[in-house]
Amino acid sequence: MATLAAVLATTHHPFYLKATTAPVEEQIPQAAEWKRKVEAYRETLTRAEPDILVMVGADHFHQFFLDNYPTFLIGKAARYDATFYNEEREFGLPKYVLEGHEDLSRFMHQGLMDRGFDFSFSHELKIDHSIICPIITTRPQADLPIVPIYTNIFAPPLPSPRRFWELGRAIREVIDAYPSDKRIAAVGSGHLSLELGGPRQFGEHGPDPEFDVKAIEWLANGDIDAILENVTHESMSRSGNATHGFMDLILMMGIAGPQHKAAHVDSLDLFHTREAYLTWYPEEGRA
Amino acid sequence: MSKYYVNKFLFTVDRNPEYLQRYKEDPRSFVATWEQSIGPCLNEVERFTVNGFTPEEREALINHDYVALFEMGAHFFLSLTIFIAIYDEDYMRRNGPLSFQREFAARLQHWNGKDYPTVAL
Repeated sequence: MATLAAVLATTHHPFYLKATTAPVEEQIPQAAEWKRKVEAYRETLTRAEPDILVMVGADHFHQFFLDNYPTFLIGKAARYDATFYNEEREFGLPKYVLEGHEDLSRFMHQGLMDRGFDFSFSHELKIDHSIICPIITTRPQADLPIVPIYTNIFAPPLPSPRRFWELGRAIREVIDAYPSDKRIAAVGSGHLSLELGGPRQFGEHGPDPEFDVKAIEWLANGDIDAILENVTHESMSRSGNATHGFMDLILMMGIAGPQHKAAHVDSLDLFHTREAYLTWYPEEGRA
Repeated sequence: MSKYYVNKFLFTVDRNPEYLQRYKEDPRSFVATWEQSIGPCLNEVERFTVNGFTPEEREALINHDYVALFEMGAHFFLSLTIFIAIYDEDYMRRNGPLSFQREFAARLQHWNGKDYPTVAL
């Protein structure tokens, strides 16, 4: 059976690359610290020596649109292009071609269907910044085959936080059941409190710093009970109109398992949002 | 149906550099062209003919009026990214990084602390 070597849950800040590669005199004051934290985080994936990456990202109206909007989607292609024109334009993200892992995609799709998750699927899926940003931060050589999973955190009605958790648990079961000697890492990205296109956007930090601190603590401790008691669609809306991206971090914690303490926990309070970096090593703890 | 169509406008224009340029330079003419010939396209062959803007939606798009679009429930992400594309560089040159984004937020302050208009369709 395959080994789940690491689970990474992180925010995806599309300006990381631009902010840390700009001429030093043009960099934001936190750029050097940001780079240090990201490079330390990258090492948590390198150390796991993965062969395949299962990557979870949130759609940003790139892959999906309202004419035909999936709730959960899995890519099943041999290769994936990235990045979209408007992300190159706005964030300065480069283009990529990532190898897919068709066999694990097929196994994952069937396994999730068998566990009650009726996924949409795509054989021509272009990857956007919610997966490319974690590639840039955690695996910049982009040398591993991926299985991409996209979720709806933008177009109501959204699945519940509990559903994201349960999906994480199902992904874990499928990875554990995959008949292979490969080492698989799951890398997923989301948000803490965040506002986009609203009155609280682009402030000095995220719109709800108190939520951000609590959210990191819940994730770090694998405390799903506290999350399900405290996090609802209404509470996330109060913490910023794009805070629903937090549910992808709940999903990643679901892959790691309940009461499973993260081995690496770090964060950085940036302008308009807080960055978070968490890694679990399922081999080294209860899950 | 028309709220969907406003989002379709923002979505299709934001991801196409030629449309974006035309929308920036001559919004009245481009919105009319989009409504007549671009918006109804389902693909290169098929058309869907039953959508249209309300007069208020059409004027908000023509005027780049992101406050009105927010109040109508246009999706916040689509609205933010397209107007960043149109205004960010000019604002940055005049007033520095994030000055457009912060003006955008300032013009929506009357919604702070209230429930926002829903983006659900």
